[in-house]
Amino acid sequence: MQRLGVFVCHCGSNIAATVDVAKVAEMALMEPGVVHAEDYQYMCSEAGQAKIAEAIKEKNLTGIVVCSCSPRMHEATFRKAAERAGLNPYMVEIANIREHCSWIHKDMEEATKKAVILMRAAVAKVNLNTPLQPGESRVTKRALVIGGGIAGIQTALDIADAGYEVDIVEKTPSIGGRMSQLDKTFPTLDCSACILTPKMVEASAHEKINIYTYSEVEKVSGFVGDFTVDIRKKARHVDMDKCTGCGVCQEKCPSKKAPSEFNRGLNKRSAIYTPFAQAIPNVPVIDCDNCIKFKTGKCGICAKVCQAGAIDYEQQDEIVTQKYGAIVVATGFDTINLEKYDEYAYSQSPDVITSLELERVMNAAGPTHGHLERLSDGKAPKEIVFIQCVGSRCSDDRGKPYCSKICCMYTAKHAMLIRDKYPDVNVTVFYIDVRTPGKNFDEFYRRAVEQYGVNYIKGQVGKVILQPNGKLLVQGADLLDNRQILKEADMVVLATAIEPNPDVRKIATMLTASIDTNNFLTEAHAKLRPVESPTAGIFLSGVCQGPKDIPETVAQAGAAAVKAIGLLAKDKLLTNPCTAKSDELLCNGCSTCANVCPYGAITYEDKEVNDHGIREVRRLAVVNNALCQGCGACTVACPSGAMDLQGFSNRQIIAEVDAICR
Amino acid sequence: MKYSYYPGCTLRTKAVDLDLYARASAKALGIELEEIEEWQCCGGVYPLGTDEIGSKLSSVRALNAAKEKGQALVTMCSACHHVIKRVNDDMKNVDDIRTRANNYMELDEPYTGETEVLHFLEVLRDKVGFDTLKEKVTNPLTGKKIGAYYGCLLLRPSKLLSFDDPENPTIIEDFIRAIGAEPVIYPYRNECCGGYISLKEKEMAESMCDKIMDSAEGFGAEMLITACPLCMYNLNKSGKLPVYYFTELLAEALGVRGECKEEVQA
Amino acid sequence: MSSNKQAEQIKEISGVNPLKCMKCGKCSASCPSYNEMDIKPHQFVSYVVNEDIESLVNSKSLWKCLSCFACVERCPRDVKPGKLIDAARQMVVRQREQDYLSPNEIPELLDPDLPQQLLVSAFRRYRR
Repeated sequence: MQRLGVFVCHCGSNIAATVDVAKVAEMALMEPGVVHAEDYQYMCSEAGQAKIAEAIKEKNLTGIVVCSCSPRMHEATFRKAAERAGLNPYMVEIANIREHCSWIHKDMEEATKKAVILMRAAVAKVNLNTPLQPGESRVTKRALVIGGGIAGIQTALDIADAGYEVDIVEKTPSIGGRMSQLDKTFPTLDCSACILTPKMVEASAHEKINIYTYSEVEKVSGFVGDFTVDIRKKARHVDMDKCTGCGVCQEKCPSKKAPSEFNRGLNKRSAIYTPFAQAIPNVPVIDCDNCIKFKTGKCGICAKVCQAGAIDYEQQDEIVTQKYGAIVVATGFDTINLEKYDEYAYSQSPDVITSLELERVMNAAGPTHGHLERLSDGKAPKEIVFIQCVGSRCSDDRGKPYCSKICCMYTAKHAMLIRDKYPDVNVTVFYIDVRTPGKNFDEFYRRAVEQYGVNYIKGQVGKVILQPNGKLLVQGADLLDNRQILKEADMVVLATAIEPNPDVRKIATMLTASIDTNNFLTEAHAKLRPVESPTAGIFLSGVCQGPKDIPETVAQAGAAAVKAIGLLAKDKLLTNPCTAKSDELLCNGCSTCANVCPYGAITYEDKEVNDHGIREVRRLAVVNNALCQGCGACTVACPSGAMDLQGFSNRQIIAEVDAICR
Repeated sequence: MKYSYYPGCTLRTKAVDLDLYARASAKALGIELEEIEEWQCCGGVYPLGTDEIGSKLSSVRALNAAKEKGQALVTMCSACHHVIKRVNDDMKNVDDIRTRANNYMELDEPYTGETEVLHFLEVLRDKVGFDTLKEKVTNPLTGKKIGAYYGCLLLRPSKLLSFDDPENPTIIEDFIRAIGAEPVIYPYRNECCGGYISLKEKEMAESMCDKIMDSAEGFGAEMLITACPLCMYNLNKSGKLPVYYFTELLAEALGVRGECKEEVQA
Repeated sequence: MSSNKQAEQIKEISGVNPLKCMKCGKCSASCPSYNEMDIKPHQFVSYVVNEDIESLVNSKSLWKCLSCFACVERCPRDVKPGKLIDAARQMVVRQREQDYLSPNEIPELLDPDLPQQLLVSAFRRYRR
């Protein structure tokens, strides 16, 4: 028979204002096995924990129930307190009477009734708890960073500087990411390449960092501290060791019709190419879809002109398998497809462009060599209209419900840069709200208005109308003046919503990392664990977690690195003892459990069993405790009821249900 | 190809040509349009109020008649199409309207939005196919520069009508290409002609149509085509460019316009 | 009827929740009748929120809206101001003697080309 203690927390007024906590404690004493019950203002405080320890010792408690907040908040706190008092930490159960009860109810009587029921269920469960011992697993001292943009680069540098090996896997031919496409950065207007390139060089030169470009993560198995990852190195058709990066192949390549990804399709590149001048590695790749040699078998000019003999048409994809202790996701973002927003005429006029395209237009290495000109006729624009929130803050199914966060600032930047370099160009910005939280951000926006005379109009644009004379007519609202505006413009720039890189879904599935309805990776706790995925050993860096600008991305990248370092610094990890276990006498070896196990933790072996005196060899399920994450899928799937989850056994759960229905 | 056909009241009177050219063209294309018996006026505008039932019943009757024949329902006029398609959506997806309409109608079997509603343009695009249409054209309208006028009713709300991209539609342009002419794309092709406002606010409708005509003319259109008698009326008031029903040009391209012409004049 | 009740009625007839509006003004930016309206499309939403239905039903905007659905199509918050305007119009025409169009007016409005559809539509929108 267990000797149980029940501790009811007031949580200040969070619980006590809605739940009669004394009543809950009083009712607890009537439950089987309960020998001690009390309520206290803050159970999680030192004094509260001391009360628990004292009761455990004085009353020889074999298990406790804490009626308090969500176990996500304080289960670990109370388990540790119990352990210090000599109790097995797995003899602690939490009845969540805050999130599940006091916060969502108003009527005290009803809420108290429910709190009592939740307490009863927890008592019923702990009555059947058995002490559990966590196992140990090793930690591979190496980290994987998926994505080679500024987020991935910063995370990799920070981990590597702490002395651990880091691999960066980048899908495109070069690291650098979105930041490499930007011309200038807010709020200081320094050149993006000037501040990014040193970081790229540092990463590529770092002895602890290994970069796989033109590569993708193909398969992930294992668990925190011990992941095994297959990386596909796509065939570059250029030997990385031999290539000197002279660039002659790109010059001589006769196929120059492929849209340049780096310049957002605004100009063309050769079939053999490096995405941009500062690319790292400075080794081109052959785009087989556009290469004449690959399409027709004829050509081969790049091989002929390459002095180093680096071109290798026979090169094949290669799979590298590597072990990692921690994985950081830094897959970044893209702008949304504007197909559904054709009231802004994006697909109808080359003079309607996205802000990211404007970055390329304003950049010296861009399609217009940095000259601000219309893409339709190359003429210098005199009137430019910016439209904010294109696809952001939309609750219909065309756009995204969230604020993309960076657009207000980059638009102020663009407006200011244009007014500075071309004072005769008028700039108008149609906005809904100007959102500038951030250090020196609002001052920056005000400079655009006050110093540079950018015309901000509060109101959205309804339609961009092409005119026979080639100019655009912008039909918008001025809500402060209460009038409809028809404004002629030479160029229209759309602050297009950003969305997580579409590949992130595939990667999240491989990592069993959760993802929200907008495809942003979910953090373990929105406030307190913002750079960790709920899946242990997976960390989040940059926009894959939510919209953010460069300073925020770099800060978060560092934070993700610290979390990864904290993990890599450990030699061993304690494993969760709440794993599945198969009853040898009930198992019929049907493989159902292995088929549903997402972690590959179940195998089969032939084993002799003694079934009530009958000895025979049977095919039995065996759970690898190091791999099992305790999800419980196998226990529900098992047709013979052989599979059970330690700490959450079928008996315990039925006992809880019985207690609730009592 | 056999369809139930809902001509609508204006096609019996002022827009009899829209109907006659459509029937002749359909025949030439091997499409059988079987007119619904004793159809009633759709009401011209879709009643937006969520509590409106009575004004939707005539559409339900037409939809149910098509259902009983197991045929899709083809419409010709943009307004009828708009109203019937939206009522059909109500009958399919809005419990309250479906229940109340069925209670009132007392049909043998309740109508729950089974009928597929197709505008004749959709029949040409999705059932006949513009490529096939092109092959059947005997008298291509080569060299004619035609602006498609969509207006509102075919396109919006796009989620319910699922007719085409509401901001940059292509179906009528593709139709124009199929009959051998050259489409002229202009930005006001999905702007409102003024609709019913032209009864009492004539100047408003006229200025809207002027804007549409100027835009089309500026981009080089020699004529406009439409599927709606009311758009036709409003656009004609502006009078800058000639306006035709799309069925008339279809009939011409298929070589059957002449045989209708006398009937129209009669 | 109290203004609160009237506002509730408009919300019910239209099926629109005006609180979803984020005041971006895209409806007013899209409206082809904007210049003819005294109360602008985006203001319709706030008039309903503020329960100032009296001003709304006396507004000439009711009779200038074309029901062209440009505002409905483009509204990023699914508020559909066009439906609010129609609901206000319904409230007016459902009260007797409040019709915007009387049969006596028709003869002088007619012309030989006028399609029947126009009369039907106008009666539907303007009369009970």
